[in-house]
Order: sequence, then structure tokens, then C-alpha cells
Amino acid sequence: MSKKTVSLIDNAEQKFGDRILRIESSTGEAVFEVEPENLLDVCQVLRDEDPFSFDTLIDVCGVDYLHYGSIEWQTNEATDSGFSRGVDSSTGAELRKVKTRYQPPRRFAVVYHLLSVERNHRLRLRSFPRDEVTPVIDSVYPIWNSADWFEREAFDLFGILFDGHPDLRRILTDYGFIGHPFRKDFPLIGNVEVRYDPELGRVAYEPVSIEPRTLVPKVIRHDDRFASLREKEQRDD
Amino acid sequence: MTDIRNFTLNFGPQHPAAHGVLRLVLEMDGEVILKADPHIGLLHRATEKLAESKPYNQTIGYMDRLDYVSMMCNEHGYVLAIEKLMGITPPIRAQYIRVMFDEVTRLLNHLMWLGTHGLDIGAMTIFLYCFREREDLMDCYEAVSGTRMHATYYRPGGVYRDLPEEMPRFSRVEKIRNEKEVKRLNMNREGSMLDFLESFCERFPARVDEYETLLTDNRIWKQRTVNIGVVSPERAMQLGFTGPMLRGSGVEWDLRKKQPYEVYDRVEFDIPVGVNGDCYDRYLVRVEEMRQSNQIIRQCITWLREHPGPVMISDQKVVPPTRVEMKDDMESLIHHFKLFTEGYCVPEGEAYAAIEHPKGEFGVYLISDGANKPYRVKIRAPGFAHLSSMSEMVTGHMLADVVAIIGTQDIVFGEIDR
Repeated sequence: MSKKTVSLIDNAEQKFGDRILRIESSTGEAVFEVEPENLLDVCQVLRDEDPFSFDTLIDVCGVDYLHYGSIEWQTNEATDSGFSRGVDSSTGAELRKVKTRYQPPRRFAVVYHLLSVERNHRLRLRSFPRDEVTPVIDSVYPIWNSADWFEREAFDLFGILFDGHPDLRRILTDYGFIGHPFRKDFPLIGNVEVRYDPELGRVAYEPVSIEPRTLVPKVIRHDDRFASLREKEQRDD
Repeated sequence: MTDIRNFTLNFGPQHPAAHGVLRLVLEMDGEVILKADPHIGLLHRATEKLAESKPYNQTIGYMDRLDYVSMMCNEHGYVLAIEKLMGITPPIRAQYIRVMFDEVTRLLNHLMWLGTHGLDIGAMTIFLYCFREREDLMDCYEAVSGTRMHATYYRPGGVYRDLPEEMPRFSRVEKIRNEKEVKRLNMNREGSMLDFLESFCERFPARVDEYETLLTDNRIWKQRTVNIGVVSPERAMQLGFTGPMLRGSGVEWDLRKKQPYEVYDRVEFDIPVGVNGDCYDRYLVRVEEMRQSNQIIRQCITWLREHPGPVMISDQKVVPPTRVEMKDDMESLIHHFKLFTEGYCVPEGEAYAAIEHPKGEFGVYLISDGANKPYRVKIRAPGFAHLSSMSEMVTGHMLADVVAIIGTQDIVFGEIDR
């Protein structure tokens, strides 16, 4: 971790105390979690006050942690499903959960990437909206105007509502689209397909006719090559 | 008294000056724009969602198709994020090759931009000139990766293969191409790819002079660009501008200098900065960037000539073994099989890697839960932030200036819609 990042983290911890939670990063980045109630206050200070002066909001994105650490094929013990590695989604086979180091507190998260052009440093801020059914979080649009479309995108793809956003509409999906396609429980192939119907003389929407396929099952292997990396982290903790 | 109303004009998505599939709903008072509402997403392919469903390496090809005029830079951002998470560093020669091709890509992008931007606002010749030079650079892409555009050349751990010793040559004499013409086309292709690229670098500054003769002091060009779409430095940062859009407003910010990656700290170049933040300044910034890129490519060529070596790390848990090794070594065969059926697992964590893409900051935010597929990939496309400021930039301008502003933002829909 560079000296700059260390001093940034120290400054932030000093300034905000228990309003922010530091997250260990294996890549030497400054990462914090903040409760949604404190988000706007923290962001305002991060933008305006001197040791931070984050003048640019580089990115806002939604994350759905629903299947975090879930695998389609187990690797550590003998498999109970025979030798086949095919994933048959029609039987509704359950995903298996393995233990992960990072435990997300709630399902949805909004991640903010901040950049200070003036001081040349970066910071990542993550916040988990309280409600998992209709996640709502304050909009940072009044603080950084670049949040406008990024928040619209997160709303469109994840269904996260941004309170105080001036114009929260869908942005990437089709006019009249139903659902939030980047949620982990939204199928990759989608729900509807379109074709031109010559009899009706217009585009017709129908339920998808193809079946989802998994070509490569998702596996988690604890690779020994990264053992040194993990040990180093544990030492740092 | 008659009722005077504003009217709404639908611009695009098939309009040739909409640079792809931009649909703009313009609210107009006569010919003056009161508000613009860009509708995007007509090219949305859910690249990020697709990436979640396949092993890491299979997504590199999708990256080429994001910003389809600066292919290798997109790959670079993605590959860098994986490398950051895995804690691997490519060999130094691979880093030089990457820097060289990033700059080739920058030239490709800026030439495309200059040509189409010129065409949009009334300069025809520049388009033909730019595409002539692009052709040579495309040939470099082809020589090194086998394809003119969608290269899939950068891989985690280095680049796919070393630079070719021989430049492909034209051989066929056809109806449209006589012997003399073939000879002319092959003039610079006698040596290696580096020789070809070097001869390009020698001619290129004179070519940029040609473009500037056509445009820089051109009265019509100036009338169409000076004082159009002015953005103050404060607003530029507030709106999330990066790259030439930010530098055009006078902010000295370039990731290659400020947060250097690969070997950018070992090459010499300058950052051009604008003064007024209008379309004309952004034009000047990009033209100067082409000259600087040319310098960087030359420095890389010199270094690459003198320093042969590996272009890929030798860790076979990440990088597949060569065909020869695979055919007579059991261990290599297993590695090969595992890599191509399952891929490699990336340790749990998250990383954000940003590069100075020709259009601005291209960032890839990667979350891994330790699996062979990324848990979440977020692509931060520079054009997305730029286009979101469209309404602010065009308000108060004439309809014809919309085209100039779309041009100056260097919009490519592959990366905006993702």
C-alpha cells in the first residue's frame, strides 16, 4: 500500500470515526463502508474538506450480493452428483454456498468510486441500502452532478431507488422493459423475446423459447499460489 | 394572439451524425435548443452480465467490442484489473508492447474521431486522409493478432504472442492492382513489424501537419468550433469528465503521468492542455496527443529492438502452455485442459483498474468471490459520463452545433451502452 493511501485512510478514520468502516483490500486501495444514513454527510465532507477534496465522482454502480460465494460444482470434497459437471437448471438444483472472507451485510450495495484530481488519490465507498425488497438510498447528485446517469443506470439494472434524484428513469433497457436485468435472480437469457409479426404488422413480445445453458460451471478453488497473499493479509490484520 | 409553442425534434437514432445509435429528443425554440434528452441503450448487450457467466479469459474478446475504435485499450483495462487482483506482473517486454499498442490505438481512435468529426461539420478531405493512415495501423493490429479490429491480444500475464519478425505482404496482382501498385504497397513491408511501424512513425508527423493545414486555421472550421460547447474546469470535474474533454478545459490530468501504469513512467511525453474549454481547444488537444503518441511509439520501438525476452509470465496456472510443450508433457496437458475447460480462479477481493483510454478514464471494477468467473464486472466508460452532460453543453446553441458537440465528445456507442 502506498504512503499516500495509508495517510488517506488515517485521515478518513480520524475525521469520521465510527461513521465509516474500513475494509481490508488485497490490492492496496482505500475502501470504506458507510451506513446509508451517513452517506450524504460523509460525501459532502469528502468533497469539500481539504485532506480529501474528492472533486470528481468517477463511477457509481450497483452490486447484487445474492449469490456471493455460491458455486455450481463443489471441488474440495467428493462430488455427490456423479461425474457430470453439467448444470441442469431445469431441476432447480440448489447453488451451494461456501464460506467467503468478505461477508456482505445485506443483498444490495451501491459502490462509489471517488477521485481527487487536485490531490491525486482515489477512494471507494460502499453503502448497503436497508431494505432488500425495495432498496432506497440517498442520491449524491446534489454533491456530484456526474452521478446523474450512473444512478439512473443502477436503478435500471438493479432496481435501487435514489432518493432525491431529479430524473430517475430507465436508461439502458428498452422502453417498457419489465424487471431489473443485472439482479442475480434475473436469468441471463431474459424473460421475453421479440419478433416481427407480419400478421399483426408490429413487433410481438413472447416468453423466451430457448433454455438457459451453463457452459462452464462456477467453482471456487482455494489456490495455494495465493496462500502467501492470504497470510500477508492475516498478518496485516 | 397566436399561441407560440416550443417544438420537440427527434434526432437519430439513424442519423449519420449521431455517431451510431444516439437518439436525442431536442426541445427547441426556433433553432435554439432549450433542452436535450439523450436516449441511449439501443446497443445495450449486457456485456457485464455476460462476463459474470463465463471464465475470465473469455471476456477479453467482449472488451474489444465495447469501444470498437480503440480495441486494445479496453482489453488493457480489463486485463489490468485481473492482474491487480491476482498480484501478477507481466514481463517488462510485454509492458512495452502494451504501451506501444495503447498508443497505436490512441492514434487509431483519434484519426477516426478527426475524420468523422470533420465530416460531420463540413470537411470532406480530412476524412479520406485520416482513413489512409488508419489502414497502416490496422495492418499492425493484423500482423500481431491476426485481426484488424477485435484483437484479443492482451492476456492476464502479458500479451498473446511476441511481435512478428515478418510483416505480411501483398502478393496478388489483380485487375485493380497491377504490379507497380503491389510494389508500392509492399515498400515498407520488407522488414519486421517494428520496421513497418517505424516507417509509419517517420511519415506520420508530416501527415498531422497536413491535417492541421486543412483545419487549424480554416475559417469555416473555426466558425463551427470556436466558443461552441464551452465547459469550465470546475464544471468539467463536477460532470465527471476525463481525458481530452477534461484537458480541453485546462485541467492538467492524465493517468499516464499522474498514476502511471505499465512503463509510462519510463517514456517521455507531454500532456497538451486547452485554455477555453471549447470544441476548438479539444480539437487542438487531440491533435497534439497524436504527435505525443507518435513519440511514445518511437521510444517503445527503440527499446523493443534492443531487449528481446518473454512476453508472457511462465505460471501455467494462469497462462496456457505452448502447443509444443503440451504435446509431450503430461503436466502441461493437464494445465492446458484445466485452463480451457474451467479457467483459473482469482482470489477473493475487489479491484479497480483505470487506464488513460483515448476518450478518457476507462476503468474496470472487478469483484471476485474466489471463483473462476468474475462476480461482478463494472465497466466505467468515459463516453457515458461525457454524454450525460450533453443537455448542459448544447443548451442555448443552434441545432447545427449539436452535431459539433456530439463530435467533440468523441461518442462511440459500443462503450456507452455496453
